[in-house]
Amino acid sequence: MTVVAVIAHALLGGGALLALIRLALGPSLLDRVVATDTLLVIISASLAVHAALTRDPTVIPVLVVVSLLAFVGSVSIARYVGGMLIQSASGDGEDVGLPEAAEVQEGRR
Amino acid sequence: MSVLATVADVVAIACLLTGALLCLTAGIGLVRFPDVLSRMHAGTKPQVLGVLLVMLGGAIRLHGWSATWMLLLVAVFQLLTAPVSAHMISRVAYRRRHVRRDLLLVDELRDAEGRDSVYRGDEPADAPPERPAEALAESRSEDQAPSGGPPRAREG
Repeated sequence: MTVVAVIAHALLGGGALLALIRLALGPSLLDRVVATDTLLVIISASLAVHAALTRDPTVIPVLVVVSLLAFVGSVSIARYVGGMLIQSASGDGEDVGLPEAAEVQEGRR
Repeated sequence: MSVLATVADVVAIACLLTGALLCLTAGIGLVRFPDVLSRMHAGTKPQVLGVLLVMLGGAIRLHGWSATWMLLLVAVFQLLTAPVSAHMISRVAYRRRHVRRDLLLVDELRDAEGRDSVYRGDEPADAPPERPAEALAESRSEDQAPSGGPPRAREG
């Protein structure tokens, strides 16, 4: 059981670390939103793995809260950026203060 | 009975390890993929299948019905909310042009002239399907008329 715990937590920790790397690098806000979503899912999965391996149901209610918060957070950020896009006349939001689109940056690179 | 318990443990551990492996693949895909949509494709692997597998393993391992019902609630909620948030984020990402459109094979949101050819999402609900852009411009000018400013130019 200890071996299983070590392997599972290593996999989950690697995934969380890579999601954190994308969260730090991510060129745009939406990349960071996707990385945050994935990170929250990985956190809730590791809480569930811990609860399952120790047979300890104490942290199970936390899972419900975390999954609720992930949904509310990503939807509110998407609505926020979408609301700025409605104000934008050019359609991609550059004229209302949003940074340059990733398509343009990649094309220049 | 102990044989049954051992089999249940093995199944639960297999589910937990598969879910953890999916979390690792999500991290790798997030780092390696080029744009928002493909990163979302990688990142939503543990959001549905990984969470379902981990919840199944937890429900097998944990005793007591309250934990099982709560894990089932989390799984159902994840299944309900993951498509909604992914749809909203990907729509905003496309309109914000964070999508590498040169890498797309099929792009049904753009016609041959490079303009969006279907609804953009902000049209009034009764916009005619053949001309959503005109209905959008009209509703915007109606929105801005009482504030005194001139109606904003139609976006091209």
